Amino acid sequence: MSDTSRSSAPTSSYKPVAFRGGGFAPRPHRWVGLGVFVSLILIVEVLTRAGIITSLTLPIPSDVFWTLVELWQSGMFYKHMVPSLTRLVVGALIGCTVGVSVGILIGLFSLARAGLVPLVAAIFPIPKIALLPLFVIWFGIDEMSKYALIAFGTFTPTVVATYGAVDNVDRTLIRMGQSFSLSWVSIVRKIVLPGAMPGILSGLRISLAIAIILLVAAEMLGAEYGIGAYILQAGSLYDLERLFAGVAILSVLGVMVSTLIGTLERILLKWRV
Amino acid sequence: MDLKLDSIGHSYGDLEILRDISLDIPKGKIVCIIGPSGCGKSTLLRMIGGLEQPGRGQILQIGDVPDGCLNPLTYVFQDFALLPWRTVEGNIQLVLEDHRLGAQQTEAIIADVLARTKLSDFRQALPKQISGGMKQRVALARALAVNPAVMLMDEPLSALDSQTRELLMGDLVALWEREPFTAVYVTHNLNEAVRLGHSIVLLSRRPGRIREIVEIDTPLADRTLGDPELERKQVQLWQLMRDEAVAADQELLSV
Ligand SMILES: Nc1ncnc2c1ncn2[C@@H]1O[C@H](COP(=O)(O)OP(=O)(O)OP(=O)(O)O)[C@@H](O)[C@H]1O
Ligand SMILES: [Mg+2]
Repeated sequence: MSDTSRSSAPTSSYKPVAFRGGGFAPRPHRWVGLGVFVSLILIVEVLTRAGIITSLTLPIPSDVFWTLVELWQSGMFYKHMVPSLTRLVVGALIGCTVGVSVGILIGLFSLARAGLVPLVAAIFPIPKIALLPLFVIWFGIDEMSKYALIAFGTFTPTVVATYGAVDNVDRTLIRMGQSFSLSWVSIVRKIVLPGAMPGILSGLRISLAIAIILLVAAEMLGAEYGIGAYILQAGSLYDLERLFAGVAILSVLGVMVSTLIGTLERILLKWRV
Repeated sequence: MDLKLDSIGHSYGDLEILRDISLDIPKGKIVCIIGPSGCGKSTLLRMIGGLEQPGRGQILQIGDVPDGCLNPLTYVFQDFALLPWRTVEGNIQLVLEDHRLGAQQTEAIIADVLARTKLSDFRQALPKQISGGMKQRVALARALAVNPAVMLMDEPLSALDSQTRELLMGDLVALWEREPFTAVYVTHNLNEAVRLGHSIVLLSRRPGRIREIVEIDTPLADRTLGDPELERKQVQLWQLMRDEAVAADQELLSV
């Protein structure tokens, strides 16, 4: 009797245990990002063509595209792109290099930390764009002031990310290095730096995005050529097609920078679980 | 090279951790240190390894460091402490690089220690690709690579499951049989202590003092799983330790 009750009674209530463990694990979906872009643009295209969105509010995406093609064919693309990229690369290179070095100093030496952390905290919230006139006075209206603005703007986030990353390096690994009598230089080079690399790279992601923002700001002042100057001219003429063409170039630049860092991460951080 | 601990004592602020520990660590023997949680075993081991300074007493090195010994006092850590960005081979190379041995000698050492720890097939593997037991064997290989005079092991098998632990104990015994090394082996596992220790030092609860030193004369190779003589020693140790462990447990609760 007990047998039957055991085998038959609960049958009706047999249920598979509900799965609730998924998510929270980013997986690569290659084409989804592109899909979102394309569908958004398609929607805008359809709406503007149908007149639901007036051409005063948003330009027709295909017009923007033809503006870009024209820009390319006239050879003006290079004329704007070369100085912009130069400014971006030089400025960001200076800012990030100095930022990473200062961040490592702060991470390693308590004296540097005590002296520099408040300073960095004080500099961080200053809108660097507001200082543009100052940079012009200091470095002249030429390229130097633009480099300085971008360098200064990328410097602070890089410092903060870097010393945070150094702080997060597993202390037991450093103890291990000491217990094998590794030299100080070896410990820093072979344990601290690689250990801080993930944090430094994600800091660079933010710093480089800021660099692109500041690039446009820097070109507001006395730049004849450059993506920022191009956007500014278009904006003052309310030429929305060209404005959006410039914005699209900046976005592509942003995506390219992000991809670059992603590739760097894949190569440098292969070891990550 | 022998080590001698001369009435070591230590406090962290008002908290007395260790009191009057005097102990000899003779060459070629494994000294196990057991004691309840928080009694200062790891602290003591850090002091022996020169990673921390004792508040009282001193640690003496008797005799010269043997020739060819690159790092006399060498640690094996509980959590392996392998660099995740270096391969098995790279992790061993790390501790040799500062000694400028030349490519040939470095290669010879790496090949030797990998063979001794049965890891030759995993040279190029990253730590994330190998199991816990293998990671600890890599850590062991790394320690052997510097040819230590004394190995300092802080619960080296605690992070492993019991089967892996059993296997690794066998490996340790085989390594010792092949070439006797000196070791201070901290554990809270009595079974490990009676399998690996030539002498077993039982510390009391905090502040840690030496309660008892138990010598085991059975050669390491003859100590098998379930050996009645070892069982007896283990029971004896447990009886000594039990009251301390209970008291230590209560103490932690009342903090
Ligand atoms: N740096 C430190 N500062 C202050 N207190 C410490 C420090 N390191 C350890 N302690 C304290 O010293 C006591 C002994 O620590 P230790 O790690 O040596 O114990 P243990 O015997 O290894 O314990 P377990 O079995 O848990 O590993 C603990 O109560 C711990 O809280
Ligand atoms: Mg401990």
